[in-house]
Amino acid sequence: MGKKLLLNNDHIPGINTYEVYRKNGGYASVEKAIKTMTPEAIVEEVKKSGLRGRGGAGFPTGMKWSFLAKPEGVARYIVCNADESEPGTFKDRYLMERIPHLLIEGMITSSFALGANTSYIYIRGEYFYVARILEQAIDEAYANGWLGKNILGSDYSLDLYVQVGAGAYICGEETALLESLEGKRGNPRIKPPFPAIAGLYGCPTVVNNVETIAAVVPIINNGGDEYAKVGIGKSTGTKLISASGHINKPGVYEIEMGITVEDFIYSDEWCGGIKNGKKLKAVVAGGSSVPILPADLILKTANGEPRLMSYESLADGGFATGTMLGSGGFIVMDETTSIVKNLWNFTRFYHHESCGQCSPCREGTGWMEKVLHKIIDGHGSLSDVDLLWDIQSKIEGKTICPLGDAAAWPVASAIRHFRAEFEDHVRNSKKVIDPKRLVSNAVY
Amino acid sequence: MNNGKEIKFSDESLALVQRMMKRYPEGKQKSALIPILHIAQAEFDGWLSSETMDYVASVIGILPVEVYEVASFYSMFNMKPVGKCVIEVCRTSSCWLLGAEDVISHLEKKLNIKTGQTTSDGMFTLKSVECLGSCGTAPMMQVGADYYENLSLDKVDSLVERFRADGKRKTYTDKAEARN
Amino acid sequence: MAKVTIDGKSIEVPDGTTILNAARLIGGEIVPPAMCYYTSLKTSGGYCRTCIVKVTKGSEKDPRPMPKPVASCRTTVMDGMEVQNITSPDLMEARAGVVEFLLINHPLDCPICDQAGECHLQDLAYEHGLAKTRYEFSRRTFEKIDIGSKIKLHMTRCILCYRCVKVADQITDKRVHGVMNRGDVSEISTYIQNVVDNDFSGNMIDVCPVGALTDRTFRFKSRVWFANPVDAHRDCPKCAGKVTLWLKGEEVYRVTGRKDKYGEVKDWICNDCRFEKKATSDWKIDGPANLDRHSVISQNHYTLEEPAHKPLLNDVNVVQNLVGGKEMYNS
Repeated sequence: MGKKLLLNNDHIPGINTYEVYRKNGGYASVEKAIKTMTPEAIVEEVKKSGLRGRGGAGFPTGMKWSFLAKPEGVARYIVCNADESEPGTFKDRYLMERIPHLLIEGMITSSFALGANTSYIYIRGEYFYVARILEQAIDEAYANGWLGKNILGSDYSLDLYVQVGAGAYICGEETALLESLEGKRGNPRIKPPFPAIAGLYGCPTVVNNVETIAAVVPIINNGGDEYAKVGIGKSTGTKLISASGHINKPGVYEIEMGITVEDFIYSDEWCGGIKNGKKLKAVVAGGSSVPILPADLILKTANGEPRLMSYESLADGGFATGTMLGSGGFIVMDETTSIVKNLWNFTRFYHHESCGQCSPCREGTGWMEKVLHKIIDGHGSLSDVDLLWDIQSKIEGKTICPLGDAAAWPVASAIRHFRAEFEDHVRNSKKVIDPKRLVSNAVY
Repeated sequence: MNNGKEIKFSDESLALVQRMMKRYPEGKQKSALIPILHIAQAEFDGWLSSETMDYVASVIGILPVEVYEVASFYSMFNMKPVGKCVIEVCRTSSCWLLGAEDVISHLEKKLNIKTGQTTSDGMFTLKSVECLGSCGTAPMMQVGADYYENLSLDKVDSLVERFRADGKRKTYTDKAEARN
Repeated sequence: MAKVTIDGKSIEVPDGTTILNAARLIGGEIVPPAMCYYTSLKTSGGYCRTCIVKVTKGSEKDPRPMPKPVASCRTTVMDGMEVQNITSPDLMEARAGVVEFLLINHPLDCPICDQAGECHLQDLAYEHGLAKTRYEFSRRTFEKIDIGSKIKLHMTRCILCYRCVKVADQITDKRVHGVMNRGDVSEISTYIQNVVDNDFSGNMIDVCPVGALTDRTFRFKSRVWFANPVDAHRDCPKCAGKVTLWLKGEEVYRVTGRKDKYGEVKDWICNDCRFEKKATSDWKIDGPANLDRHSVISQNHYTLEEPAHKPLLNDVNVVQNLVGGKEMYNS
């Protein structure tokens, strides 16, 4: 068994309640932080831990925290990004549903470290029932003196609220999230300024993913150095991986970074191999936005070394032969999967979820979906594959926010690694599928 | 119009709304818009009529157009009347790999409607929606507050029968069924 | 002050100046096009992506290039910054891509569009567009909505620049229109049947870079190039009263704000001046308007150096040029 830092208690009955959570060492990090540490010291521990943002971008958390502007007399905010909507990702829901107090504990410690007196957890609207679980846990935390005025008799006070969204992938982008939290359309902001300078209500703000905030708890409890000993290289600590698709044991796994992808897929400790004895065809390793890799490249790097579950190893080879750890949404596809149709499914998603603010994403995502739809319908030509390549290249890097890149990368990687399948589809599979079933149902 | 009923929150909802507006700094009460729209949608027949949105604007003290802009942006807000049970089947990625299309076409046949439509008795609306974060338990669907996961067509049938027998409106703000 | 070099031309500008405005100070062909940025509208810009440029050197202090093209209208200069616009073939290709995105769903109705001849999208298509569309699907349409007797909304032509929303937000009191829905079905709308009507609503027409918002009192009356623009003023209790009159003989065909060479209005005008004062006796004529631009209809007729003393708008060549433009759209 690998080391667990977040989900070590997740199977204890009643761990979702305050009593059981507290009995199992819960809220120790808050005690330690408020009673024995300065906010600066906490930020220092987080820096030492090497923790990187678990939402997808992998930016060093300690560094992000140290960028936070601290002008006198201006409120600072910490907002937890619980919008989890990257296809293939469901780890935050699992964590919040099973151990809600872990997130709340992390929020208190982090808010204390950054000097925030009001903090919000922005959770996607579809997770309404999870929001209720969190609200109940927050009530318990208030009742037991972990939230509210003068926590643990100190002069530190904190109010923590859960805010629900209402169905928009884009609100996982931190500035869109802040717009949504302000009661507006989820349109990403043009940066700079970055939230660390002007975020929620124009005040300095840090936005962190659920898993990132939760990881602050073991970091403060055991020290940043201890945390950094877990994992491999700059991929310190553990990572929650959401495993799904054609595998025997889908679910959320906490892994120590550095295990091999092959072990992760085939070992009974994790995915338990490909379903129905089929062969592995491809993997999307970090949520739908990251480049898809064929079986040979996900198991081994281009240099022939075993591919590891870590930021660096998954990215080895750049986009030519590598991918990204992203949010840890690990989607496995067996040999029967049509990469072309899967890509159409992804492009439909990005088309549906584009906010529409900037031209390349608004127009380009729909165009890519339509071209793929045409190919799947059996009306495509070889030039359509080139057209798709060209469209994605004109979206990538030209948009306000990363959704443009997220829409472009799956298209680029699918064509890069599976071009023959696209060409084959164009040549041989006329009318393989009832086109009516593929019509996009944009329901608003 | 909402069947000619007056649009006004119940005392209980109004108290909740007023509590919510206190979560934000003075002058930033627009922040409560999305949570309040959820309450309004649940209370006023499962959708947001322009009367409902105008009422919400007046409660918060913002322009009606600010509410329309926001409500129409988010996919969970119904801008047209819907059935009592809105069945939202996840259609993305792992759910799609593991048979979401079969679930959708099965429901279309069973309910005798197309995706996006409402049954003539006003009981069901069928939607296909993007990833609901339940990929490890695919395929799945959401009805009101509840996630129904690891679906088989038999399971879908029995759920539909259950909703029909129950006959109640399902909303996101409902108390969720117990989960293991 | 910061020194910035754009396409090899250097200028010193105050700190906080955007790359776009620095380029405008340099002037000439290195100025990036802008479809959504509008100097006098706060928070405008950044959406359309036509003004993107390549920053090859971030600053003297941190000379690293920026990894992606940036929106020149929303990126401020740093001392020592070096920027490529028309000297970068990659960037020109990227911009052509943006123009293509703006055109794929744009209707080909220039021949019946009142904006034709003064349309920024027409200019952009002329300068950066492909000769042929690669988009083979049906173009997006919207249900028509009526926003009143003075302003006509053609949503199919809209490029979602947000300028009209910002006008309503920033210079009128009760905004009734905005952007509804999301993604590629986003639309400018009042949502419910509503009239956009207040003293300054007509300025939405002037800021619209395309023919999405046009003047109903001028609708189908004349192609813009057949009207003679003159600057005029009147004592107006509501606004500065400084306008451009579009005349045919003695008849005032339409009234607009006075636009600068980038198509931006300096002084907002009220709806009385715009829609009600349609007699030359209402106005004191200042002289011919200097239409200093590079649009489709102005090709070979206006130069930046030489103000147009007498408008040449009824020249037959102008029409031929427009036809050329139209063919480009249709082929």
